[in-house]
Amino acid sequence: MQLVWDWFRWLNESTGINLTIFYDQFDRSRFASGFLMTVKLSVICIVSSVVIGVVGAWIQGSRLRVARTIVHWYIQAFRNTPPLVQLYFFYFGLGSLLKAAGGGPLITNVTWAIVSLSFFAGAFNVEIFRSGIEAVPRTTLEAAESLGFSRAQAYLRIVLPLAFRISLPALNNNLVNLVKTTTLAYAIAVPEMLYVSSQIWSDELNVPVMMNVLLICYFVLVGILVYLMHRWERAIRVPGFGI
Amino acid sequence: MNDFHVAQTSGVLPVLLPLAERMTRAALRERAMGSPTLRLDSSHGVALVVAFLCGCGITQAQSQAADPSIFTTLWKWTPLLARGFVFNLAISFMAMAIGTIAGLFLGFAQISLLPPVKKGAFFATHFFRNAPWLVLLFYCMFLLPFQVTVLGVTIPIPDWTKATLGLALPVMANVSEIVRGAIQSIPTTQWEAATSLAFNRRQTLWMIIFPQCIKRMLPPWMNLYAILTMATVLASIVGVNEMMTLTQRALSAESRPGLLLAFYSYVLLWFFLYCYPIARWTVRLEARYAVNQ
Amino acid sequence: MPEANSEPIVALRDVHQSFGDVEVLKGVSFGVAKGGVVCIIGPSGSGKSTLLRCINGLVPIKSGSIRVADFEVHNLRTDQEKIALRKEVSMVFQQYNLFPHKTALENVMMAPIYVLKEDPKEVRERAIALLTKVGLAAKQDTYPGELSGGQQQRVAIARSLAMRPEVMLFDEVTAALDPETVKEVLNTIRELAREGMTCILVTHEMRFARELADEVLFTDGGTIVESGRPAELFDHPRKDRTRAFLSQIL
Repeated sequence: MQLVWDWFRWLNESTGINLTIFYDQFDRSRFASGFLMTVKLSVICIVSSVVIGVVGAWIQGSRLRVARTIVHWYIQAFRNTPPLVQLYFFYFGLGSLLKAAGGGPLITNVTWAIVSLSFFAGAFNVEIFRSGIEAVPRTTLEAAESLGFSRAQAYLRIVLPLAFRISLPALNNNLVNLVKTTTLAYAIAVPEMLYVSSQIWSDELNVPVMMNVLLICYFVLVGILVYLMHRWERAIRVPGFGI
Repeated sequence: MNDFHVAQTSGVLPVLLPLAERMTRAALRERAMGSPTLRLDSSHGVALVVAFLCGCGITQAQSQAADPSIFTTLWKWTPLLARGFVFNLAISFMAMAIGTIAGLFLGFAQISLLPPVKKGAFFATHFFRNAPWLVLLFYCMFLLPFQVTVLGVTIPIPDWTKATLGLALPVMANVSEIVRGAIQSIPTTQWEAATSLAFNRRQTLWMIIFPQCIKRMLPPWMNLYAILTMATVLASIVGVNEMMTLTQRALSAESRPGLLLAFYSYVLLWFFLYCYPIARWTVRLEARYAVNQ
Repeated sequence: MPEANSEPIVALRDVHQSFGDVEVLKGVSFGVAKGGVVCIIGPSGSGKSTLLRCINGLVPIKSGSIRVADFEVHNLRTDQEKIALRKEVSMVFQQYNLFPHKTALENVMMAPIYVLKEDPKEVRERAIALLTKVGLAAKQDTYPGELSGGQQQRVAIARSLAMRPEVMLFDEVTAALDPETVKEVLNTIRELAREGMTCILVTHEMRFARELADEVLFTDGGTIVESGRPAELFDHPRKDRTRAFLSQIL
């Protein structure tokens, strides 16, 4: 392993391409932690936004008008405003309110970032899941129930799997967008990849190299996600339907 | 393959509603566009006004007797905020113009018959589409020189220009995909008919295929513009003095508590009033195009 | 009626064509004399449409030879050569394929102006004459979206005629029309044939084929199973497959 790092040191000395994130121990661990933070943000936000989406879609099917209205406005608010403004609202707005109320230190900026981004993506997910469920005709549910399935079972075993397959393309769009949006956490000093890279390049003065590394990393990260997405869509598709 | 070209296969399973097919098509369309369709209507405006009034209420509740009313404060800051907003709009126009022109080139390059051009364009499009907007913004801010000397004349490149170019890059990539998707959505029968009439490829593309594409490209293009306008606030992170930065400065200058909601909803109201007609028009064009299909 | 000189204007010899691994045409040979009308009938999937598309170079063939007028279609490599071929061979499609963003008149005028580089004023006069010939003079300035299927098909025929081709290919042109409008299109084609245009039609209209064709080809599974004059083929089919097919549709 040391040989690899030494090669990068040689690269710097001979060509001036200063990739300290490889040969310098401190920078290496910094960049790795930034990368891991981005991955962590992405994964946690993806999971929680899906949960929010499922819960929201379920509430939207409820009979209580109040509940439905609240979810409707939640979706509209988070769907049509810039995510940066939402982030500021959570961190500076709610954050300072909570600090005033004495709940400050427990909610770090990372947590706020996760909360904000999850609600941002969750808003889209609620719509996606709701439309997916509505796309399965009532007659399918009736057929399932007449076969003896209980309502819950029919939903779980028949309606939801179908709805999920229909929702998948839209869901995947949203998830890729979410991964790209995690960079906004920079604005509230979350040490994700962009933030860490900016620290590294201000220390080591190797801006062009680091920017290229950053671009390549995101390209690879998002590229892998898009590829997995396509594989999943193909594997899960309903024969005879659309795509 | 074609993001737009879903209709070729069997169509709707009798078991699933047409809604399912529409959803899939919409999802693939949005994938080509790069972001979901912005659907604004008057209820959003009402909600924003309500939020604004609530914010004002909160401010008034928290303010001291000697403080001026929230409306006076807002009115005091409005000229500055207006300048900032105009700046945001200017950035959005320029980024859209540059991005659209570059995207048209790239989009046509993606359907070129020369493999290196086609592959290069494909790679460039997807490279810039996969990158987060903020990273591209940083890229341009840091890597573009602060001045450039052309023919002995030194032209300074201020921060906002770099930010504009930084925003033009993802626009270019998305326009490229919109163009490619639109061209590929024109049925091959049109190509067959033109070829049978002895048109060459250039004539076919320019006189027959592309004119039909323009109508199809308009909704996603306008949607992209609305999204871009909202994304101009990202420029505040890289230090451009646009509306967001100015709002934050105003807030910190007014050291009163509780101004946050009022100010931010005020700013959002402005963005809403600007994006609302665009979003409505986009939805209307989309519906009109879908009917004519 | 075909002319006296027996040199066929379209000659196919042992044409093979495949899409990927699937062989669509398995050795097709026939000839069409100048001024002759040939109808190709057969079940779907027998390669009829592909055959037509090979004749005007839209689809390349794997082996065999196709000669149209002075062109060796199988040897055409460059776009220039193919364009030259298509000035002599015109095709009318099942789905009309008019250009939706141009009026009927503009559809007819486009190719002569931009491909043949003729004078726009002359082309306009000729286009109006052609539209009158197909009975659509009043619809010059309407868009395809405002025309019925039969009207669109007639405009498509006028558009192809504007190129003054030697050979016209018709790919199931009445299949997408309802019965009332089929007649108007067939009348137009009948007149063309009577004026001496060489026509190759893929069609399901047996009565039309019987009345107008000089020769009928029955294709099945990528080969020509039987060919002959319409009276012979329809009334006294020699092969069993022909008989089976005809009994299904007649």
